[in-house]
Amino acid sequence: MSKPKVGFYWCASCGGCEEAIVDLDEAILDVVAAVDVVFWPCAMDFKRSDVEAMKDNEMAVCFINGAVRSDEQLEMVELLRKKAGLVVAFGSCSHEGGIPGLANLYTKAGVLKAAYGNAFSTVNPEYTLPMAEFSFPEGKGTLPTLFETVKSLDQVIDVDYFLPGCPPPVKLIVNAVMAILKGELPEKGAVLAPDMAQCDECPRKDTKPEKLLLKQFYRPFQIQVDHEKCLLAQGLLCLGPVTRQGCNNSCMVGNMPCTGCMGPTSRVRDYGAKALSAIATSLDSNDDAEIVAVMDSIVDPAGTFYRYSLPTSLMHRANVTNGGK
Amino acid sequence: MSDPIRNGSDGRFEPRIVAFFCNWCTYTAADLAGTARMTYAPNARVVRIMCSGRLDPQFIMAAFRQGADGVLIGGCHPGDCHYQEGNYKALRRITLLKKLLSQFGIEPERLRLEWISASEGDRVQKVMNEMTEQVRKLGPLHLEPMKLQHPGAAASLSHVKATPVKEMAL
Repeated sequence: MSKPKVGFYWCASCGGCEEAIVDLDEAILDVVAAVDVVFWPCAMDFKRSDVEAMKDNEMAVCFINGAVRSDEQLEMVELLRKKAGLVVAFGSCSHEGGIPGLANLYTKAGVLKAAYGNAFSTVNPEYTLPMAEFSFPEGKGTLPTLFETVKSLDQVIDVDYFLPGCPPPVKLIVNAVMAILKGELPEKGAVLAPDMAQCDECPRKDTKPEKLLLKQFYRPFQIQVDHEKCLLAQGLLCLGPVTRQGCNNSCMVGNMPCTGCMGPTSRVRDYGAKALSAIATSLDSNDDAEIVAVMDSIVDPAGTFYRYSLPTSLMHRANVTNGGK
Repeated sequence: MSDPIRNGSDGRFEPRIVAFFCNWCTYTAADLAGTARMTYAPNARVVRIMCSGRLDPQFIMAAFRQGADGVLIGGCHPGDCHYQEGNYKALRRITLLKKLLSQFGIEPERLRLEWISASEGDRVQKVMNEMTEQVRKLGPLHLEPMKLQHPGAAASLSHVKATPVKEMAL
């Protein structure tokens, strides 16, 4: 019997998800022994035409990482959807929009201006922008164009499963691959990670006070971070209470607060609103002016609470018609 | 601009306001305003909640996303909360949420938190009128509908299958 065929693809991503696959270490040998990798542009020489030549559903499963923000990415994921029996959104960006999704706080023109005009390392006095179409002596060339709004994978194609994390923890990848190989799959649309909050398995759990009474919020560089005490109790914006577990609390173990890459648990619709709620209420002050002052110390609430989930939040993007940035 | 619901007979913009009133103080005050036959702007749809501290910021986001031009929250005066400190929790959340909303291009003035006790029917009248006027000045909140290629994706984060926001027209 021939081995099941597997594909990997990346859209708007940083390459960290591919790195996570390499991080499987020896386990990758088991995976490679069990499956045929038929498409993985990041690691091997495959072309789009190889995918086009496949029969429908020829791939057993395709793992797609990265947010969808260009017409080329949209075409590719639509094509892969046709050729794959199962599509797994791999990592925060395809699950919730991820870091690229923060572009949704701005317009496309604003994003291009920041990248091609105002960036420190950019010298572009004529403000030349990439063109979708251009002519040169040998003929005509085309480039993909960006969408106004960054999208998560399930906002553009039907997705069977979600592997959360930035990048997904190795343990969860192995579990997912093995479950697919054995055909022991959960209900369609499931997030392949435990459905409990980070705090539940956090090694610092015992030092979390019954009631959080914070006087001030800090960023990690502003204080000497205690290695054992609950990070939230130290005033750091640790989003553990609202974030799904499954990563063995790797950030807290590394003495850094959770930033929420694993996304929300199933009881939450809008991760950022819930995270804001959890953090705001832990402030120990009943005084208007003091509350305003302390909240002002959170420099970028949208970037803090919606760091990985802006495109799939209730708002999806900032309101630009009403004078947003 | 010809939407009859959004524009009164005189062509004036009629804002849509969602008001979340706490059961113990502000809702009772609104009741009092009603029995006292006080008249005030009819623009707010009042939702009764047990405590302003129960107001999940998700509700406010959903209200704006689904067409509210403004959101008004009424709770007990500081120190008077039926549940000790629910109103303080609301105050902390709303303060931070206003900051976040401005990053989202939604004017913080569209969100208002007011303390109104059960006996202050006249204050409900005043606040309702003020809020309506304030939002009218700001104009309609044009949140662009999201065009999502995949039709199943309306509210689609997989883990939200059973949420009431499913019917959102995105």
